[in-house]
Amino acid sequence: MGALVNYIYILSGALFILSLKWMNTPATARHGVFAGELGMLLAVAGTLAGHHHNWEWILAAFVIGTAIGVPIAYIMPMTAVPQRTAMSHACGALAAALVGTAEFYQRQPQADTDLRGVVMVALVIETLLGFLTFTGSLMAMGKLQEVLPSRPITYRNQNLINLFLFLVALGLGARLILAPTDTWIFPIFAGLALVFGVLLIIPIGGADMPTVIALLNSYAGLSACAMGFALNNPLLVIAGALDGSSGLILSIIMCKAMNRSFTNVLFGAFGQLQTTAAKTEERPVRSASPEEAAAILETASSVIIVPGYGLAVAQAQHKIRELFDALMRRGVDVKFAIHPVAGRMPGHMNVLLAEADIPYDRLFEMDDINGEFPQCDVALVIGANDVTNPAARHDPASPIYGMPILDVDKAHIVMVIKRSMSPGFAGIQNELYYLDKTLMLFGDAKAFTTEILKELPARVGA
Amino acid sequence: MPSNLEIGLYVFMLATFVGIEVIRKVSPLLHTPLMSLTNAISAISVVGAILIISAESATTASKVLGFIAITAAVTNIVSGFLITDRMLKMFKKLPSRSREVKK
Repeated sequence: MGALVNYIYILSGALFILSLKWMNTPATARHGVFAGELGMLLAVAGTLAGHHHNWEWILAAFVIGTAIGVPIAYIMPMTAVPQRTAMSHACGALAAALVGTAEFYQRQPQADTDLRGVVMVALVIETLLGFLTFTGSLMAMGKLQEVLPSRPITYRNQNLINLFLFLVALGLGARLILAPTDTWIFPIFAGLALVFGVLLIIPIGGADMPTVIALLNSYAGLSACAMGFALNNPLLVIAGALDGSSGLILSIIMCKAMNRSFTNVLFGAFGQLQTTAAKTEERPVRSASPEEAAAILETASSVIIVPGYGLAVAQAQHKIRELFDALMRRGVDVKFAIHPVAGRMPGHMNVLLAEADIPYDRLFEMDDINGEFPQCDVALVIGANDVTNPAARHDPASPIYGMPILDVDKAHIVMVIKRSMSPGFAGIQNELYYLDKTLMLFGDAKAFTTEILKELPARVGA
Repeated sequence: MPSNLEIGLYVFMLATFVGIEVIRKVSPLLHTPLMSLTNAISAISVVGAILIISAESATTASKVLGFIAITAAVTNIVSGFLITDRMLKMFKKLPSRSREVKK
């Protein structure tokens, strides 16, 4: 039995890799989910088959976990997906941390032979990453749900204090590795990791969440990976490494899309720095009514819609779909331009638009669509701000200088649906709004789109 | 013969490279479902939790910790796979009957 389980684990590992491989296109992605499920089922069944003690505890936990998991998967609205993702990072990290904790205490009687060297190093890494990712993810979730302020929370010497705490935690971890029988250290060590997770995330602002979520994803994976080393289980190492590398790649993509480094995201407390620099003079802008906007859209032959987090906040995705349909019916070529960091997590906008039944072959990545703006009649910006600011291209003084942006300003006409002229998250004035070709459509994204739609059918027979 | 640690490090090294190569090819369109899928997969830590709780020497404390760990991991497995599938079901191509405007 014991040997068979190892072969099952090999099969599971292969299925996990296939699962991720099939995610490369939407056409095969659902096979990927199936492969992942099968791999998980095999691994769990194989593990259970060899272990009969305390099955009633295991069964109860499975029932409760399923009872929580199913409603989350089906009830959660797509706009809340970033929060759910943060929550599941927290759950995954908590599981790893608690297993590491239990392992540490359970192996105490044989500490001299069992808790030496590698195993103890792995346990320390597992619990450190697990606990800090747990509280860090809870903070991220709070910010995304706006239970906590999504502004960066900063105080003096923040980075110094954080660094100090982290070093103390590392020191205690090292002490535990050298003297595993000093059980009194463990709760202090775990507590510091929990506190550090909170302190790491509170100075990070809402718009940096895509990077942070990806990074926490990576940590949760590495924690599971360390568990694999502690338990000497290669399947855990494989699954953890896959998750870790996935999170790492996503966070690198996010950082590149903002032209910032990891350290800058984690320790820079963006937003905070810039809000002070946001004192600019009032300049005139041109605005337009829904009626005028409808008339311009109707006569256009190509329209590129640029969605941002504001679209998610206004829950406007279904109205945008109606606008998309109405314009496509009139023969207007409508495309969507998606910036990699639009929204609050990687791929957030794509999921929202897909939810509203907008076909995915109309969604284009930044590099694929930027060349099309100069030929495009109307660029319609909905709830996006900094990712459309031309200052990023030419103004070295701008805090976002160098960030790759969507070349919205090159379209013949630019329309921006926005609540007011207040600057965005980073507190930077968007030059786009003051261009002669730009029309500001003041209002809530959903309400304004509804108004435009009302104007559209009225003109059909005219 | 390489030790367990060395074999583990080999596995880690190879899995990381495979992971990086595979994930790089994932369409940015699917980054959100990708994250929920990897999340569900990394809940494989449920295996570790089962091993802890089912050990003959399991104390009440480690049973309780293992119980919470399994609950959290199973929540991730179930909600992770189901929500990934729910998201992927929404990704549809433009139906061919709709008019495409070619310029």
